[in-house]
Amino acid sequence: MSKLPLRARLATSISGAAGRVSRLTGRGDGSVIGGVLGLRVEPDLLRLLAEDRQVVLVTGTNGKTTTTRLVSAALGALGQEVASNAFGANMEAGLASALGRSQDAPYAALEVDERYLPAVIEATKPRIVVLLNLSRDQMDRAAEIWMTARRWRKALAEAEGCQVVANADDPLVAWAAALAPRVTWVAAGQRWQEDSWCCPDCGSHLRRDELGWRCGECRFARPPTRWVLSDQSVIDDVGQVSELDLALPGRANRSNAVVALAVGAFFGVPVDQALPHLRRVTSVAGRYTQVERRGRKIRLLLAKNPAGWLEAFDVLAPAPAPVLLAVNAQVPDGKDTSWLWDVDYRVLRGRPVLVAGERRLDLAVRLETDNVDFELADGIDDAADRVPEGELDVIANYTAFQQIRAVLGRTE
Amino acid sequence: MTEPIRADGGRRVRLVWVYPDLLSTYGDRGNLLVLARRASLREIPVETVEVNADQPVPEDGDIYLLGGGEDLPQILAAKRLRTDGGLARAAERGAVVFAVCAGYQLLGHEFGGVDGERLAGLSILDVTSGRGDRRGVGEIVADVDPTLGVPRLTGFENHQGITKIGQGARPLARVTLGVGNGDGTEGAFAGKVLGTYLHGPALARNPGLADLLLSWAVGPLKPLPTASEEWARQLRAERLAATTTTG
Repeated sequence: MSKLPLRARLATSISGAAGRVSRLTGRGDGSVIGGVLGLRVEPDLLRLLAEDRQVVLVTGTNGKTTTTRLVSAALGALGQEVASNAFGANMEAGLASALGRSQDAPYAALEVDERYLPAVIEATKPRIVVLLNLSRDQMDRAAEIWMTARRWRKALAEAEGCQVVANADDPLVAWAAALAPRVTWVAAGQRWQEDSWCCPDCGSHLRRDELGWRCGECRFARPPTRWVLSDQSVIDDVGQVSELDLALPGRANRSNAVVALAVGAFFGVPVDQALPHLRRVTSVAGRYTQVERRGRKIRLLLAKNPAGWLEAFDVLAPAPAPVLLAVNAQVPDGKDTSWLWDVDYRVLRGRPVLVAGERRLDLAVRLETDNVDFELADGIDDAADRVPEGELDVIANYTAFQQIRAVLGRTE
Repeated sequence: MTEPIRADGGRRVRLVWVYPDLLSTYGDRGNLLVLARRASLREIPVETVEVNADQPVPEDGDIYLLGGGEDLPQILAAKRLRTDGGLARAAERGAVVFAVCAGYQLLGHEFGGVDGERLAGLSILDVTSGRGDRRGVGEIVADVDPTLGVPRLTGFENHQGITKIGQGARPLARVTLGVGNGDGTEGAFAGKVLGTYLHGPALARNPGLADLLLSWAVGPLKPLPTASEEWARQLRAERLAATTTTG
């Protein structure tokens, strides 16, 4: 991409070198530091790097990293390089770094932090914006979700030449996408409904039935969908039913796959050609992989907020398989642990439950209140030693997950 | 006042969670669960009722709970509660009301809207809130009014409100770390109505406060066995140690 102006070329080469240094010195996966330095040299770097590419942006509270990975996989069927911030570095520097690493890739699949979506749309002029869901998450540092929906709505209404792929089952997402010129509505499901009892348009109580949701007072209702997740299968926009048969577990990942298939179809990849690529995705940034350690088969699940925990419970090995829950409250996790009380833990009764992480006492009080028996553990190895040989599933929030992953050795 | 009396002389407690569909931003269910647990451990029968914004607020509850909420849901909740009138009538006849953050603000005479405009509250508690210049976000520690006999409060706050307490109410506590009402005090109470900015949830981190509310509803409480208090004791100790060393 030699048409980049000199300053941008300099910025990307500095950024690439810094990324290599960061990886070599083991200080990180190199996905942010390069972008930070590059942007310092050329503030317009993201816009320049995105120019003349087919950019797909993926945002939402949960499922961004996995969906971005699945979108990359679907686009892989085109046989061309896809630039992607596959490790979840989803703010401006991470995006610039991802694009800088793959300067000749004609496609880009980029996950974007919810709060940065308007600015990133402005800078990258995406062909597609994917909206997955919107629910409570790290509210001590994130904007309130109704405000986020408002900002998305404004940005998407003004985004010309952009196709929005949005989850019609999430009322806040549907409202945010409602003014966009072109929307592909996907029936991707919504398990967590605690943040959408009220109409985003008028505030009245939403009514829900098997047909979806609608406002009891104004006319706002779930839009008709073109793509549908139906149990284990996808129904595509021409009504064809295909079994998903993914390697990734759980309903949430099936819904992410349907979204990825809709994006693939937009670029001309038929479902039957995209699916084999999606099925080859077995692990996403360390999640879902089974790691052998101390005679246990340990599987890591990342869950950062109540909606994510519900989805994680959904993929646990059946009881009496044990589970380790690990919670921290560092800045990336959100420093307020109150959200633990929004999760219903009663489904964990009847299996050994271990509790670790810097805020394990918060979890202890929470589990006690739900009458779930548990034991404290000092980290992953202690937890492994406390359960019988066999499977051990781990649900952890962001920094707790990274700490355990570091102990297990970075997989992938 | 008609109070249902059981044959053994015990009394049931009816917990009413007001508008969980609007005011339950961050773990507010926890306050309900903790009250229910601490009543059950004392063999006080518990009934919990969740009232959504499109339903009337029953007037025969013993303890009413209101949680936190974002600006728009808070404004809507205040409007509906004013129209409904059930909560105000329950408070009038002496029911216990416990409100957190947005719920606390709307118990007062007025609170700040999205752009700081003054909006009418329920005037159940003699406080007036407005919008401050910056958000108070972080751990909060406060010493409770000694007449209430509740140990030091620990919690997490996340709000941009400033609350002034009128003649008809008293500050719940004095802040040693954090923002609270914005003038060195935190929360407010009058009679059996009590408001606070604390998440955590407040009653999970402060079982003493939960017992105060329960005792207001059913009279003196017997102490709980030490074992059933152990995790909460450890959590409090850990939080208070963390905030005094870093704060």
